[in-house]
Amino acid sequence: MQNPEHIAQDAAAAFAATNDPDALEQIKARYLGKSGQITELLKGMNRFSPEEKKLAGAAINRAKAVIEAALAARREALRQQALEARLAEESLDVTLPGRGEIRGGPHPVTRTLERIEALFRSIGFEVADGPEIEADFQNFTALNMPEDHPARSMHDTFFLLDENGKPARDILLRTHTSPIQVRYMQAHVARYVHLDAMPEIRIIAPGRVYRVDSDATHSPMFHQVEGLWIGEDVSFADLKGVLADFLRRFFENEDLEVRFRPSFFPFTEPSAEIDAAFMSGALKGRWLEIAGCGMVHPNVLRHVGIDPERYLGFAFGMGPDRLTMLRYGINDLRLFFDGDLRFLRQFV
Amino acid sequence: MKFSESWLRSFVDPAPKGDEFTHLLTMAGLEVEEEEAVAPAFDGVVAAEVLEVEKHPDADRLNVCRVDVGDGVPRRIVCGAPNAAAGLKAPCALPGARLPNDFRIGVAKVRGVESSGMLCSAKELGISEDASGLLALPADAPVGEDIRRYLDLDDRLLTLKLTPNRADCLSLVGIAREVSALTGTPAVFPSIAAVPVATDLRREIVLDAPQACPLYCGRVFADLDARAPTPDWMKRRLERSGIRSISALVDITNYVMLEQGQPLHAFDNGKLAGAIHARMARAGEKILLLNGQTLDLSNDVLLIADDRRPLAMAGIMGGEDTGITLGTTEMFLESAFFAPRAVAGRARRYGFGSDASFRFERGVDFGASRQALERAGGLILDICGGQAGPLCEARAPLPSRLPIRLRPRRAAKALGMAMSGERIGEILARLGLTLSQDGDDFIVTPPSWRFDIEIEEDLIEELARVHGYDRIPAQPPRATLSMLPQTENARPLWRVRQILADRGFQEVINFAFVEEAWEADFAGDPATRASPIRLANPIASQMSVMRSTLIGGLIANVATNLKRRQNSIRLFETGRCFFRDPAGLPVKGFRQPWKLAALAHGGALPEQWGAPARAVDFYDIKGELELLLSPAAARFEKTAHPALHPGRGARVLIGEREAGFIGELHPRWAQKYELPTAPALFELDLDVLLEARLPSHAEVSKLPAAYRDLAIVVDQKLAVQAILDGLSRNRPGIVQEIRLFDVYTGKGIDQGKKSLAFRIVMQDTQRTLQDTEVDAAVQELFKYLRQVFAARLRI
Repeated sequence: MQNPEHIAQDAAAAFAATNDPDALEQIKARYLGKSGQITELLKGMNRFSPEEKKLAGAAINRAKAVIEAALAARREALRQQALEARLAEESLDVTLPGRGEIRGGPHPVTRTLERIEALFRSIGFEVADGPEIEADFQNFTALNMPEDHPARSMHDTFFLLDENGKPARDILLRTHTSPIQVRYMQAHVARYVHLDAMPEIRIIAPGRVYRVDSDATHSPMFHQVEGLWIGEDVSFADLKGVLADFLRRFFENEDLEVRFRPSFFPFTEPSAEIDAAFMSGALKGRWLEIAGCGMVHPNVLRHVGIDPERYLGFAFGMGPDRLTMLRYGINDLRLFFDGDLRFLRQFV
Repeated sequence: MKFSESWLRSFVDPAPKGDEFTHLLTMAGLEVEEEEAVAPAFDGVVAAEVLEVEKHPDADRLNVCRVDVGDGVPRRIVCGAPNAAAGLKAPCALPGARLPNDFRIGVAKVRGVESSGMLCSAKELGISEDASGLLALPADAPVGEDIRRYLDLDDRLLTLKLTPNRADCLSLVGIAREVSALTGTPAVFPSIAAVPVATDLRREIVLDAPQACPLYCGRVFADLDARAPTPDWMKRRLERSGIRSISALVDITNYVMLEQGQPLHAFDNGKLAGAIHARMARAGEKILLLNGQTLDLSNDVLLIADDRRPLAMAGIMGGEDTGITLGTTEMFLESAFFAPRAVAGRARRYGFGSDASFRFERGVDFGASRQALERAGGLILDICGGQAGPLCEARAPLPSRLPIRLRPRRAAKALGMAMSGERIGEILARLGLTLSQDGDDFIVTPPSWRFDIEIEEDLIEELARVHGYDRIPAQPPRATLSMLPQTENARPLWRVRQILADRGFQEVINFAFVEEAWEADFAGDPATRASPIRLANPIASQMSVMRSTLIGGLIANVATNLKRRQNSIRLFETGRCFFRDPAGLPVKGFRQPWKLAALAHGGALPEQWGAPARAVDFYDIKGELELLLSPAAARFEKTAHPALHPGRGARVLIGEREAGFIGELHPRWAQKYELPTAPALFELDLDVLLEARLPSHAEVSKLPAAYRDLAIVVDQKLAVQAILDGLSRNRPGIVQEIRLFDVYTGKGIDQGKKSLAFRIVMQDTQRTLQDTEVDAAVQELFKYLRQVFAARLRI
């Protein structure tokens, strides 16, 4: 009988010599297969006496166990090798850019409008909206600008033609967002007509407005945000507080200087222009006109059915385009309406 | 309103100077828009007289002058100015003088001749661009006097940006009155005496429209010398107010307008016939104005006319035929009050304006018309000689100035700050308001020069203004807090924008007025296409009609960006669109819905190594729309939309409502608008995107789901939507979901047919499904497909 121990040694050497899992299995067959050397040894035991069988069987089984262990170890080693080879092969250039899509973004003026809305919402203002093709009454007359009022000449107005191509006298493109406050107040009064005390009105009204004007600092279409707070106890001091606070929050600049300067609007009395000055940066120390405001004129309140003796309040209007320009350092208004992605993508 | 500060200070000279003074005006509502020094800084220049002129021995173009500078020691000065001549008076910079740009004057040799000083041109002193010769001073200029003082060069020119309510500050007297009120410094005005009457010449005045013209003063001046020179002091003040000197008579009317605020008009009396009428224009009347314009007058234009013809548009501009000239010897001078409403808007309607109309439409002090006429009369007799006729005047009831009650408590409430009665009384009195007290209240009557004080609020503004807006506290907002609604049935617009932005779409904002062709090409509504909403006064033809769709703007944006070499363009816009609609509200006749449009053009993905380049198509944009709408689902029906490819366009239905359209741009328009490929786009009514539903929980089954695939063959033209709708309506109860996971045409499928494969998900929340019922459910669906759509099983 061949020495099982030697067979086991041969087998272990043969296993170690191959790197191929298929060859490994074939080698295994040479020892453990149907006519493998170990199997043959076992078959040959019939010739042995029981005593011999006992001894030889133990030796063969030891050798078989050694071979199986060597096989298992080799299999595992080859699996590991194969895995490593695959992993090596699968390795990527992790520095290649991702399979990408581009994110878009809101228009910079929208960004500003959303910030304005959020700031005013935080002190209980709702957002109101209104038509852009507007009636003369809401745009002018109800705002205390009767026909031929000199203040109308400061609003270069776009008018429309009717179906017959004739100028439609009472229809225009709104020149400011103030008609939104007129419509809102009218609706508010109607909604709460049954109550003894009308709830306060606190709204801001953003939107597109139109004037016949076009150059580097004027666009025939631009944006305004109107604000309105009407109640039984709202004063000019509140107006100053709210707007100074707003401007410092909007520009995130506690050092912003804000001044209120007498001005004139037909729909407010007293009226003020709000100027702001930065204490640092490119615009340092220059007074910049930011907004117009004032206490709502009693005629405006009367026009919408609010008793000006009982209720009073303030209104303000400002240009989000200009606020956007100041906030982001943009120097040409026309960029807003040009649709140039190279410009717009800066605000994603 | 531009004026010289020193002219103002001749009436009122408060302590604040320089920036402090302009700040004071600005903070009182008289915004100083511009301030400009009359001359730059320089010193050491005096008025001098040239005594003798000799040629320079060594230079052809130079002279050697002997010059008296007032110190009794004539000095020698070399000068190259062509107008240097004995007897000329001119500014002379003495040694040690500093001229503008830090140019220092000393004693120097000029081509060998010692020169102690420099005779100066206007340019060398920085007061004008005139460098043609020495600045000639008047013959009576006092030799030796500092030139800054003599020519009033320390003066500043201030330009006020006046608000339309402050017409009273459109004159030096008015501003002085205001400054006096603001500072408490008394204003002193020149006393105006009635001119002596020396001729009987007169004209009758008839007020035919007494509401429009309730006061008219005039007087005839005879034997005038219209060619008399305007005095230098007057010329200087006019020039510093931005008004060019023309002739003595014209200059005097302008001067009095600037000083007193009253526009005057001078007629050549010899060209008038009969009485002066202030009347409304009659149909068909025309007038040739001083500016050369001939106008057809409408009957709401107030005229000054004589017995024969219109002479002037009252308060706006005079007629060419009856204006004064240098040959005029007899003049009729008008000083009248025209009601703001009779003047307002008229000049603008004819496309022009004048200093007079600007003042009259805002309100001219009717208490000062006669005084202005006397002031002008005095100046005319002084400057042009002649004789004045008697004052002719006609009067009707003037605008009323009603007393107003001012309640200090109301003022405190409106301003958020209490002021003492004493302080209130002081401010009102300083402003020239007549007042008395009734208990705590003040009864206030405004003066004739204030057209902006009619109600209590106007007085409150005056209090705040004079007291100082900056002295009103800034009060943090106080209110009864109640939470704003946060409805889950709506989704805010910013959220919709955010979804699109996250999907790569960049928001743009385009003009709401567009080229008419865009409406013709892209509008879905035939009525709008045929007759868009046109502007009466567009600023340009490419901005002449109101848009009914956002598509045109987006397509133009694509073209712009292609020119800038941008690929893979994704854009969106939200905005109102405009339609005529008899039932439209809230502005009658117009519907103005908000819309949202999005467009994708070029690469479906940005150019990259990791994905093959592929052009964006219908299904890309449809996917985006479905994502945007989800969890709501839309249905799509093929449609012929003029903007879209006829085979690649659909109506978008949300429930029963047609909410918009989607598709690829018609290749015709891609070509016309110079796009290399057709963009895919959609437009929706914005409100459907702002709808949301409150989620409500449905139990999720813990039992296993059964999956079956069903592959059928149907006619290729059949729209999948119909099949999906039908399956959804006819599905057995256990069917949870039907997903279309494959569409196939080609090998193995007959020509004209297509194969559709559905994955059917079945589940019950209470029990495990049996194979038999699962198979039965699939059979039922197939039976439906066979019966309704002639579907065959794909084997």
